[in-house]
Amino acid sequence: MKKSAIFFVLLVIISLGICGCSREDSSQIKIGVIAELTGDVPAVGASCKNAAEMAVAEVNDAGGIQLGDKKFKIKLIIEDNAGKADQSASSAQKLITQQNVTAIVGPNASRYALPAAEIAETGKVVLITPWSTAPKATLDSRTNASKKYVFRACFIDPFQGGVLAKFTLTNLKLKKAAVLYDVASEYNKGIAEIFKEVYEKNGGKVVAFETYTTNDKDFSSQLTKIKQAAPDIIFLPNYYSEVPLQIQQAKRLGITVPFIGSDSWGSEELIKLCGKDCNDYYFSTHYAADAATEATKKFIAGYKAKYGTTPDDVAALTYDSFGLLLQALKTAGKNDRQAVRDALSKIPQYEGVTGNMQFKEGSGDPVKSAVILKIKDGKFTWFANAKP
Amino acid sequence: MAYIFQQALNALQLGSIYALIALGYTMVYGILTMINFAHGDLFMVGAFFCFLIAVYLKLSFVPTLLLSMLAVAFLGVVIERLAYKPLRNAPRVSAIITALGVGLFLENFTLALSPYPKHIPPLLENITWTIGSLSISSLQIIVIVLSLVLMLILDFIVQHTKAGMAMRAISWDKTIVPLMGVSVNKIISLTFAIGTGLGGAAGVMYGLAYPVIDPYMGIMVGWKAFICAVVGGIGNVRGAMIGGFILGAVEIMVAAFFPSTYRDFVAFTLLLILLIVRPYGILGKPQPQKV
Repeated sequence: MKKSAIFFVLLVIISLGICGCSREDSSQIKIGVIAELTGDVPAVGASCKNAAEMAVAEVNDAGGIQLGDKKFKIKLIIEDNAGKADQSASSAQKLITQQNVTAIVGPNASRYALPAAEIAETGKVVLITPWSTAPKATLDSRTNASKKYVFRACFIDPFQGGVLAKFTLTNLKLKKAAVLYDVASEYNKGIAEIFKEVYEKNGGKVVAFETYTTNDKDFSSQLTKIKQAAPDIIFLPNYYSEVPLQIQQAKRLGITVPFIGSDSWGSEELIKLCGKDCNDYYFSTHYAADAATEATKKFIAGYKAKYGTTPDDVAALTYDSFGLLLQALKTAGKNDRQAVRDALSKIPQYEGVTGNMQFKEGSGDPVKSAVILKIKDGKFTWFANAKP
Repeated sequence: MAYIFQQALNALQLGSIYALIALGYTMVYGILTMINFAHGDLFMVGAFFCFLIAVYLKLSFVPTLLLSMLAVAFLGVVIERLAYKPLRNAPRVSAIITALGVGLFLENFTLALSPYPKHIPPLLENITWTIGSLSISSLQIIVIVLSLVLMLILDFIVQHTKAGMAMRAISWDKTIVPLMGVSVNKIISLTFAIGTGLGGAAGVMYGLAYPVIDPYMGIMVGWKAFICAVVGGIGNVRGAMIGGFILGAVEIMVAAFFPSTYRDFVAFTLLLILLIVRPYGILGKPQPQKV
C-alpha cells in the first residue's frame, strides 16, 4: 500500500514535469496528423505524412502564415495509429489534450477515421479526414445529424458507389456483377451495399454478394462460389494490399471476367503487389495525375521532386485538407479552435489540387467530381470523369 | 459436382498449410507441455526469409524452401535456448507469457524493418489445368503434395528413428529419460528445430499461394493452427495433421454453402461442439490427474 502511494506521488511529479517542459510557444500553430504509418495500409499513411510535411514546409518557407498582425509558423505533430481503431482514438485524444493542437488532419481509412472523429467532436477540435469516404465519419452517431467539427476533403461513398454502378452498366455494358468485400471494415461494407442498391435499381443484377474479414488471405471458397454464379464483372471495393491476392487467386481458379474497384485501389503499391495481373481494370478515384490542371501539375511536380514518386490520391487529398485548413485559419485571423471551426464551416467552395469542392452550410462533406482510372501497362491512366 | 470438387481442392490446400503449422505447436507441447505462442510469428518470419532469399539471392524454389526452413529452424533453436530454457522449471504460465513476448518481438522487429506488405515473386511457373468447369493450378498441387511429403517424413522420424523414440520418451517422462543416457537438451533442440522448420516451410508455401505478406500475417493463422492442434489432440503429431485438414475443410465448406459472413462463426461453433464431445481432441488421450 505504502509503496503504491509513493509510486503514485512519483507518477504525479513526473507527469507534472512533462507538462511543464512543453510550454506553449505562442508564435506557433500546432496541427496534428494521424496517419496509418504502420499496420495494414502503410502506403496510405506514408502518402499522408509526405503531403502534410510538404504543405507545411511551403507555408513555413514563406515565413509562416499571417494572422492579424503576426506571422505564425506551423508545427506538425505526426501520430502513428498503427492501423488500429483504438489507437486512432487515443492518438486523437493525445493530440487534443496533451499536445494542444489547433486542428487535426487524418486518419485516412474510414475504419480509423470514425473513432478519431468521435473524439474530435466531443473535444471540440476540427478534424479533417482527407480520404475517409464513409458517410458516417461526418455524422453524429446518435442523432445522425452532421458533426460540427468533422470535415473531409473527399467525396462520399453513396456518390462513389453510384458512379461505379452506373459506369459498369452504361459504359462497360455489363449487367451481371459479383461483389467480394471485407465485412469487418466500414468503408468496404458501405460501398458494397450502395453499389448493389444502385446497380439493381438501374437494371443490373448482383449474382453473388460475398464477404470475408480483415486479414484473410484465402478467398478461394468465396471465389469458387462467385465463379459458379457466372458474373460478367467482379467488384472488389477493398484495400490495395488485399486486391492483388483476390485477383491472383481468382485467375488461378480460372475466372476470366474483368474486375472493377474503388478509390482504395489508388496506391502505387497496388501495381507493385499485383504486377501484370491488374492490367486493364478500372477503378474510381479522386483525381488523375496524368490529366491534371495547372495548379495540380505544380503540386505533382513539387511532390515528385521531393519524394521521387507521383502523389497518389491520399497525398493530393491531404494537401487539399491542409489547403482548407490554412484558408480557414486566415479567415479566422487567430489561432483559436472555435474560430477555425466557424471559418471552415463558412467556406463555400475551394479550388484544390483534386478539383473544385463545394460545401453546403452545416455539412462537412464537399460536393466534387470523381474520375475513373484505367490501369494500363502498370500505370494509372485517366479514362472518364463523373460529375456529381 | 465440379463445384464440390473445386471446393474440396481449396480445402486441401488451406488444410495442408494449417496442418504444417499445427505440427509445430503440437511437437513443442508434446515434449515440454508448453504452448509456443511465438510459433505463428515464426511462420511469418519463414515467409519473410522466403521473400529475402527469392528477391536478393534470386534462388529458385527448392533452395529457397530449404534455406528458409533452415533459417527458421535455427531461429527456433536460438529462441528456445535464450528464452525458454531458463524457464523450464518455472511455472508454466511464465513460459507462456515469454512465448507471447517472443511473438510480439518478432512481429514488431519485422515491422520496424519495413511496415509495407511485401510481394513474393512467383518462384514457380503456375499452370492452370481446366477439366470441364474444374480448374486445378499447379501451385495448389505443389502445396498439397509437398505438405503431405513433409508430414510423412516427420511421421517417419517420430515413429521409426532413435531420435523420434527419444522425443516420445521425453514427452512420457522427463525425469527418468535422462537416466537412460538420453540428452534431454539435444532432443528438445531437435524438436524445436523440426517444429519451427516445418512452420518455416509453411510460411514459404503460404507465401507462394498468397504472395502478399506482412508482419501481422502470423497472428490469425497461428491461432487457427493452434486450434487445429487442440482439436486433433495437442501433443499428438498425427492429430495435428487431422486437425489441420478438418479446420481447412470446415472453413471452406461453410463459406461454400452458407453466406460467407458466417464462416468463422459456424466453423468455430462446430469445433467447440467437437471439443465438448471429446475435450482431449480427436486423437488425444485423457490424462487423469492424480492427487
